[in-house]
Amino acid sequence: MQPIFEVRNLKRAFGGLAVTNDVSLSMAPGDRVALIGPNGAGKTTFVNLVTGNLRPDSGEVRIAGEPVTGVDAIGRVRRGLVRSFQVTRLFADMTPAEHVALAVLQRSGRAGRLFGNFLGMSDVMAEVQELLGKLGLKELMHRKVSEIAYGQQRLLEIAVALALKPRVLLLDEPAAGVPQSDTGRIEQALADLPADLAVLMIEHDMDLVFRFAKRVVVLAAGAIIFDGSPSEVTKDPRVREAYLGSYANASHAA
Amino acid sequence: MQTVLSIAIDALAYGMVLFVISIGLSVTMGLMRVVNLAHGAFAMIGGYIASYAARDLGLAYGFAVLLAIFGTIVIAVPIERLLYRRIYGAPELTQVLMTIGITFCIIGIANYVFGPTLKTVPLPSELQGSVDLGFRAIATHRIFAIVCGLAVAAGLWYAIEKTAFGVKLRASVDNAAMAAALGVRTEIVYAVSFAVAVGLAAFGGVVGAELLPVEPYYALRYMVTFLVVVSVGGAGSIPGALVACLLLGAIDTTGRYLMPEFGEFFFYLAVIAIICVFPRGLAGRAKG
Amino acid sequence: MTMTTTNDMIAASPARRRFGGGDVIGLAIILLVAVIGYFLFPNNLALLTRIIAAALLVLSLDLVTGYCGVATLGHAALFGAGAYAAGIASAHYGINDPLAMLAFGIVAGAVAGLICGVVILRAHGLPQLVLSIALIHLFHEFANKASSWTGGSDGLSGIAPTALLGLYEFDLWGRTAYVFGVVLLAIVFVLLRLIVRSPFGMLCRGIKEDPVRIRSMGASPKIALTKMYVISGAVAGVGGALNAISTQVVGLDSLSFTMSAESLVMLVLGGTGTLFGALTGTVVFMFFEDVVSAANPFHWLTMVGALLIAVVLFAPKGLYGTAAAFVARRREAK
Repeated sequence: MQPIFEVRNLKRAFGGLAVTNDVSLSMAPGDRVALIGPNGAGKTTFVNLVTGNLRPDSGEVRIAGEPVTGVDAIGRVRRGLVRSFQVTRLFADMTPAEHVALAVLQRSGRAGRLFGNFLGMSDVMAEVQELLGKLGLKELMHRKVSEIAYGQQRLLEIAVALALKPRVLLLDEPAAGVPQSDTGRIEQALADLPADLAVLMIEHDMDLVFRFAKRVVVLAAGAIIFDGSPSEVTKDPRVREAYLGSYANASHAA
Repeated sequence: MQTVLSIAIDALAYGMVLFVISIGLSVTMGLMRVVNLAHGAFAMIGGYIASYAARDLGLAYGFAVLLAIFGTIVIAVPIERLLYRRIYGAPELTQVLMTIGITFCIIGIANYVFGPTLKTVPLPSELQGSVDLGFRAIATHRIFAIVCGLAVAAGLWYAIEKTAFGVKLRASVDNAAMAAALGVRTEIVYAVSFAVAVGLAAFGGVVGAELLPVEPYYALRYMVTFLVVVSVGGAGSIPGALVACLLLGAIDTTGRYLMPEFGEFFFYLAVIAIICVFPRGLAGRAKG
Repeated sequence: MTMTTTNDMIAASPARRRFGGGDVIGLAIILLVAVIGYFLFPNNLALLTRIIAAALLVLSLDLVTGYCGVATLGHAALFGAGAYAAGIASAHYGINDPLAMLAFGIVAGAVAGLICGVVILRAHGLPQLVLSIALIHLFHEFANKASSWTGGSDGLSGIAPTALLGLYEFDLWGRTAYVFGVVLLAIVFVLLRLIVRSPFGMLCRGIKEDPVRIRSMGASPKIALTKMYVISGAVAGVGGALNAISTQVVGLDSLSFTMSAESLVMLVLGGTGTLFGALTGTVVFMFFEDVVSAANPFHWLTMVGALLIAVVLFAPKGLYGTAAAFVARRREAK
């Protein structure tokens, strides 16, 4: 089957430093891949290259076989490549309902409508309710984002991403900054993601990685040094070397 | 060819005057990150003080210049303490509104105190007349303006690159919190820089009084010009400001020579074109 | 869990999200004030009509500055474009039907909005501000030099609107012009309140707060902002055309930096991003201007400057904004 998401020989250097060094990756629909690596490995640069926020020096990005290397960030979102942000970027004065509605309207091409209000659009509201319900945010849907807890804001990030009906979802540290008590909800949300959606998750929380991922990719110094099953990753000598033993708890997941 | 050289000399003089006035704005914008639309007003105050000192008090040109510089600084310091300090770090719109408010007040007061007519700064005999360059004569005061501009550029470069204060200044620009943590008294750096910037503006206002005539609407009339220098040259960059000033000087002078009827229209059109081509200034990095 | 109905949700949501309520009250207040004005100042309807034209300009500015976060000091360009278009249509082409003149004004304002929007949105921050200032000066110079069309610094005269709808002549007391203005303001106000609540309005609010977020939702901030600029231009064009029709003269001051700056003062005085603030600020400012500026125009400038400083320091949300925040806090405390 044709991969839904492909990166081929992506290269990007800043000055003389190769921050992304000939990275190739391919994902099929339904994949659950975790991208890990020590700090400074180039994960954020990789995400920015893939989403179109940064232009590569060479290499290709493809969505469902279509090359999108020349397409800008907005175009890639419209072709189904959606990301969430590591540090929550939400509109403090808008409500979860408005966030999700905006995403739904944008996806259905109605975000430019001059008249009407989303509260009165039954199909939009149906989707809003369904998504927010699945993520447990229904009671808060009309509260301003500045008034809801951080863990719930992270869930909203995921909701907004899902509202765009992506084909490939890039989750940038979905559990970052979330107190232990709320990570369960996020894990549940991740487990409930659509089965045919290809998900690439960047994470540092190894527990989450091992519970979520069917495949682990390790990035170190801009290059992929491992691409395989979670059970193999802790044993790989190159990975151990890259981390210099800094992930002591990796052993217990095998 | 003669025309080209002629334009070049006049553009150089005009550009240098712009530089002396605008470099202070460039530094304060780069340092304190304040969009200061009132900078031209300080240059205007300098011009007014010098004019008053030279014409009404009968002081010598040199004294008038010094009085203008110090007088403007004396006026600007309380404004900085009372008003500018409140808007450091404020959203851009807030800074725009505050500094326009300050500009309007200064214009109004200037008109009330000095009246609406043009004020000239009488030149000393050394600066009157002209110098024969062979292909044409050039007014001596323009050469003086050019020399002043170059001196200011050199002096600033030296101060910023070679002195202890310059190190503190650069540190504060790069990372104010870190600089403060390292013991740099950032409030003093800011205050001194602001005073220097205003003093330079006043100096430029006096030296350039023949080219940029002093009258109450001076602050509004040249506001765009000073701001363009900073946005095109990049805030905090001396070479950038120099290039931008010379460029603007060239455009303005060329317009005036070749299309005197439409000079202003051409100038604004060129400004728009430059910024559209370099939306992040001349040193702007390309996207990605 | 049963699905709640749309009506339940509207009832459950905070009052200010209920669409319709605030708008009707606002419209009622506008009409009430207009009627009061008519009877209080029967000999000064020309001033009131000028206030309405200014209010339209400030409303249009609120759209781009208050709702979209674009700081511009050149917005009078859109107003002046509308005014001159309406005026030229009448003075040079004999198109004297006021509704036709209005149409010209709207189109010209929208086109000016498109041009200015495309230019201004090329940059951000200071360069963007500089572009806006350069644009207004450019428009001003153009109008100044194209004096065969615009009358140059003498202004455009010879504007002679015929009877509105064939029934109401524009009389010397300015009654027709005033009622015309009030109706226009009411219509524009209602339309804008609808637009602000629409998906497009939500999009713009998002753009103002975080354009990166909007881009990651697959929407283009530039396209949306340009669209808003065109709408804003149309609104300003209405104001300009109204001005031309009612005063029957168009001067270069309608394309001036000073007018742009003053419209920004009016907006900030009332409070950005609410439309009501724009109206409040305009009314308060223009009344004061009428009273004070009869004296020395330069004293007026000092007062505007002092007013700006005062608003920034003491009432950054503006008169209406501060009052609205106060009311909201009282309501939430209950």
